[in-house]
Amino acid sequence: MRRFFPLVGRWLLPLALAIWLPGLAQASSTADHSKFESLKGPFTSAPEVTKACLACHTEASHQVMKSIHWTWDFTNPDTGKRLGKPRTMNSFCGSPLSNEPRCTSCHAGYGWTDARQQPEPVQENVDCLVCHDRSGGYKKVATDAGHPLYEPRMMGGKSVMPPDLAKAAQSVADPGRDNCGACHFNGGGGDGVKHGDLDTSLVKPSRKLDVHMAADGANMTCATCHTFNDHIPSGSRYDTTAKDPHGLDLPKDDHNRATCESCHGDTPHQQAKLNDHTDRVACQTCHIPEFARGGVATKTLWDWSTAGRKDADGKAVFIKDDHGHLSYSAEKGDFQYGENVRPAYYWYNGVTEQVNIGDKIDDSTILRLNTLHGDAKDPKARIWPFKEMRGKQPYDPELKTLVVNHVFGQDDSAFWGNYDYAKSIKFGMDYAGLPWSGKVGFIETRMTWPITHMVAPKEDALKCGQCHTRGEDGRLAQLPGFYMPGRDSIRWLDILGYLALGGALAGVLLHGLARIVMNRKTRHD
Amino acid sequence: MIKRDVMIYTRYERFWHWSQAVLIFTLFFTGLGIHGTHSLLKFGQAVTIHTTAAYALMALWVFTTFWNFTTGQWRQYLFKKGIIKVIRFYAWGILVGEPHPYKKSLQRKQNALQSLAYMTFMVIIGPALWVTGIAYLFYNEWAGAPWSGDALWGVAVLHTLAAFAMGTFVIIHIYMTTTGKTPLHYVRTMITGYDKVELSEVEEAYLAETKSVEMR
Ligand code: HEM
Repeated sequence: MRRFFPLVGRWLLPLALAIWLPGLAQASSTADHSKFESLKGPFTSAPEVTKACLACHTEASHQVMKSIHWTWDFTNPDTGKRLGKPRTMNSFCGSPLSNEPRCTSCHAGYGWTDARQQPEPVQENVDCLVCHDRSGGYKKVATDAGHPLYEPRMMGGKSVMPPDLAKAAQSVADPGRDNCGACHFNGGGGDGVKHGDLDTSLVKPSRKLDVHMAADGANMTCATCHTFNDHIPSGSRYDTTAKDPHGLDLPKDDHNRATCESCHGDTPHQQAKLNDHTDRVACQTCHIPEFARGGVATKTLWDWSTAGRKDADGKAVFIKDDHGHLSYSAEKGDFQYGENVRPAYYWYNGVTEQVNIGDKIDDSTILRLNTLHGDAKDPKARIWPFKEMRGKQPYDPELKTLVVNHVFGQDDSAFWGNYDYAKSIKFGMDYAGLPWSGKVGFIETRMTWPITHMVAPKEDALKCGQCHTRGEDGRLAQLPGFYMPGRDSIRWLDILGYLALGGALAGVLLHGLARIVMNRKTRHD
Repeated sequence: MIKRDVMIYTRYERFWHWSQAVLIFTLFFTGLGIHGTHSLLKFGQAVTIHTTAAYALMALWVFTTFWNFTTGQWRQYLFKKGIIKVIRFYAWGILVGEPHPYKKSLQRKQNALQSLAYMTFMVIIGPALWVTGIAYLFYNEWAGAPWSGDALWGVAVLHTLAAFAMGTFVIIHIYMTTTGKTPLHYVRTMITGYDKVELSEVEEAYLAETKSVEMR
């Protein structure tokens, strides 16, 4: 249809989107929460606010308690494996177990102090404000198991004031980018650390950084794509939709808008040859040429093996690089960062195998913490871009498992403060109820993070020749299993071909030379 | 026997020849670009030009096949005896001034070697290129098949092989055009359409009377 009605594609669709999308992003409400008596406060604690919310929104807490934001528990339908933060390992901080009040500061609830058990199903402990506060003032404090401050507290040498809970309660509306970002931009302990395509630059991104969320563009929020159905989010790194054959979501909605195809379909280009790619190449591969483009660096290496260094005076060592990033921390080890990072590319069908705490690992090579499934022969797989995180982390060289490291707490075992792996790991493993041989080794790890945010304007997309090239720096130079014109050739064929061409050329030149030398005219006429 | 300037290549034949030449040059050049032999073009540009030229060439071939059959000119390409003599001539005779073993006539515009070469071009190299080229172009229509990965490799190998054959053919073909009375004689003939051909008196009278073929 595009071929016959180019105008429909070129003008009408963007126009329709421009009108429709901002509407989606800021749907107006029929209720003004600042007019509700019950939200005027004063509130002495955040659960009191939740109680007020639930008086009208009777089902909300039950819905949230079923979501991964609350449970941190997910069974992968493809592998059958039980996943979730309390058991699945990454190459960053390690395990939340024994470190709860710090790590559960990003739990969508209050007071989860023991992640060995599911959070208690107390209705008021659901945190409505972290997602719905639009006053900008509400903030979970980093160390209080999900609570905000209730009294002023000295932090980093400054007195920090508690948020105005009544103001926050009256401001509630659909979540903005900053709400989701409060946790998701700061995973791994800081801005942009984990994902590489999620950091605070996306609160107010330029079009160049993110065409969808650009404040002066479509101004979409996270939930515009990550559709929530009864407070259950769509789009997952544990269970990825690597290819969405459902395509356009209207008129037949699959209630999951977290794929590009949901809005763009699977033939979005004017040029047929480009559409020919969408079955094997994820949109993100061309349209996110680099990640961490917003001026916030992402962590690319975390080496725990060097942690714990002290200087001559017995003081813990912290070193900053030229950009002001910690390049060494006695608490955490060596770091490397990257901005405008070129992704690594792999075949991916959406199935990922994660390493859990307690899983037997193979320590004879680099350990892949999440193994991607899919290859060129798998019709469900597409070529996807990833952030490749390099890690080196403590493990048990005898029992061959990763270990729980107790880093946070006011006790004499916590690594942050005591710098003693033997103590901190013993504490962590005991707490988790897992066997430990008493030995500590360090294993090199890799972790791949699918890149899907920071979609660039189309003029910045990859050009054909960045993959279709013989060059060793071609984007797909390392990706095996298929023939790609421009990259691949067959040696014997090329040799044969160039010999034939060269031979013919040499032959006719010699023949011509012979004719000139013999210098006789043929009598042919 | 009289020698006369006779239109041996009609307007369509010359149009076909030169447009085919331009298209094949374009296809070979852009094809080698796609292949990675040179990087004088961006990959995307090379593909766009290659695809457009391929469509044009295939359309031209459809018309020309039609023309060949309706005019009966296809008979020119049939196998002729005496090919060894022609090969011997080009390998040796031409160097020592022997006469060409073949005389051009209106019914026999090509010598035996030419017929064989053009026939190879038309029934092997050409079809190999368009058959594999179309398969290549419409890869996506069959990409779902489990064997498609290996088949794409096969298609690319055959297409590239045929392209090299085509390139080799073109080099030799161009050189052969210099073997006429003067180096540019054959080229001029293919531009103007006229060449000196021996006619019997009856033939000459017939052509003069009927004007079925133009004479100067
Ligand atoms: C007759 C119709 C033809 C068609 C339909 C055709 C089509 C194609 C297609 C679709 C490609 C792959 C481009 C891509 O990556 O998307 C290609 C590549 C190529 N073509 Fe053609 N082509 C034709 C004729 C020719 C001719 C006449 C030549 C040379 C004289 C030629 C030489 C090449 C070469 C060398 C490649 C690169 C192959 C590789 O490295 O895989 N083609 N062609």
